[in-house]
Amino acid sequence: MTDTAPAARFDCASLALGGRTILHDLDFSLPQGAFIGVLGPNGAGKTTLLRAMLGLVLPASGSITMLGRSAASGRPRIGYMPQARSPHSDLRLSGRDLVAAAAGRIWSFGPLSRAARRGVDDAITLVDAAAYADRSVSTLSGGERQRVLLAQALLGSPHMLLLDEPLSSLDPHHQATTIDLVKRLQKRLGITVCFTAHELNPLLPALDHVLYLGNGEAALGSVAEVVTPEVLSRLYGTRIEVLHVQGRIFVMADGHAVERDSHVHL
Amino acid sequence: MFTYDFMQNAFLAALLVALVSGSTGYFLVLRGQSFAGHALGHVGFAGATGALLLGISPFWGLLAVTTAGGALMGFLGEQLRERDVAIGVVLSLSLGFGLLFLNFFTGSAVQATSLLFGNVLGVDRVTLWQMAGFALVSCAALGFLARPLLFASVRPELAEARGLDLRLVSVLFLALVGVAVAEAVQVVGVLLVFTLMVGPAATAQRLTCKFVTGFWLSVALAAFTAFAGVALAYLTDWPTSFWISLLAAVIYFCSLLLQ
Repeated sequence: MTDTAPAARFDCASLALGGRTILHDLDFSLPQGAFIGVLGPNGAGKTTLLRAMLGLVLPASGSITMLGRSAASGRPRIGYMPQARSPHSDLRLSGRDLVAAAAGRIWSFGPLSRAARRGVDDAITLVDAAAYADRSVSTLSGGERQRVLLAQALLGSPHMLLLDEPLSSLDPHHQATTIDLVKRLQKRLGITVCFTAHELNPLLPALDHVLYLGNGEAALGSVAEVVTPEVLSRLYGTRIEVLHVQGRIFVMADGHAVERDSHVHL
Repeated sequence: MFTYDFMQNAFLAALLVALVSGSTGYFLVLRGQSFAGHALGHVGFAGATGALLLGISPFWGLLAVTTAGGALMGFLGEQLRERDVAIGVVLSLSLGFGLLFLNFFTGSAVQATSLLFGNVLGVDRVTLWQMAGFALVSCAALGFLARPLLFASVRPELAEARGLDLRLVSVLFLALVGVAVAEAVQVVGVLLVFTLMVGPAATAQRLTCKFVTGFWLSVALAAFTAFAGVALAYLTDWPTSFWISLLAAVIYFCSLLLQ
């Protein structure tokens, strides 16, 4: 890896799932050290995009380079936080052990090495979860559980974090503290963060760039460049209005806020 | 009571079974698959009686069927979820076939009872050595499988993204559960496998959320339950399996009260 290489480079990459092209001719570079919000309606391909950056979905055409290497070989330098299918609400295991489950080499005999255990402790300290890391995950609040999973993504000191919908199932207060924490980690560790979300507004204080997906296409740039009626009308395939109200931005289609609607369909 | 050969065999068998079922049981409960242990016991009954019919030791028949059955359950995985009726029908069918095989064999009620409810006092040296061999293999295998198994159990999405084959882990683990079930049947029989596989493990997870502590506590509770069960059976002349199931239940409900 060279320090000047972009965090992620998409060269005319098309992503397909089950023979259906989800995103086509992606052609952009994500700069290193930035906080990038990945937005777009349900089914726009946000998760697929993250999985492609991990080399888990191979581009049907074109190529993806991560930190100057192929996506699959860059994987150890990338921390990934997939959406949990089960909410861990009945898991009788401590947060520390949940983090530790992902530490060290997967196939190895016996207990975790001392160095791996220290890595787990460091990651837990980084996300300020030490106070409740030894409590059972089943007793933690949604926000606390999310921090524990974030600690897991930070194992191995990654250069880049891919966070898939960390805000889903959190109330507005915990959404704000989670974004604040990720932003602080991004600055302090100097890492690149790709953060998928349904709603733009909670992310506004943290965002360096927006990667907006829709209609099989993507638009990358600052909020002012991307969140415009012209760009979003193209991505949503319908006429979009963008309203700015007291520092908040509302994306409207036919008088409805599209983000709210996408939540209802979840 | 330690001077008799059959009692020595019984205590050793109980401890071996406790080691295997307490350790695999911990993961079984953690993964929410405790029903699989129960199911494999039922399926094993047909294997054990089929082996009797063929003139083979029932332990081998049991082991073959529970291991293969476990691997198959692991392979089918998600497809088995919410198929309660289909699973129930297969389990009943296995017991039915077991009964038929017994009928062809001699119609012996003693064999049926010891397979269904266990007969730890009847364990001979040969069976004990076989059990010790499989206990060793299954503990070593669990040692290798523990880390990927824990990862796959608590964070499957990430484990899969890191290249872990979830289905392979599931197949290997449930095959191990099959071995544990075959061992447990020697002590508590096919109908009471749950008591040693799930009772101590569930209690341990109620008492601690630390992985390493919980794992060894599960083994220790299983060992205590099995050992005390055999001793109480000797003192009272009541069935061992009764005492083991009673102790497991008492310990479990006490752990509920402690919270």
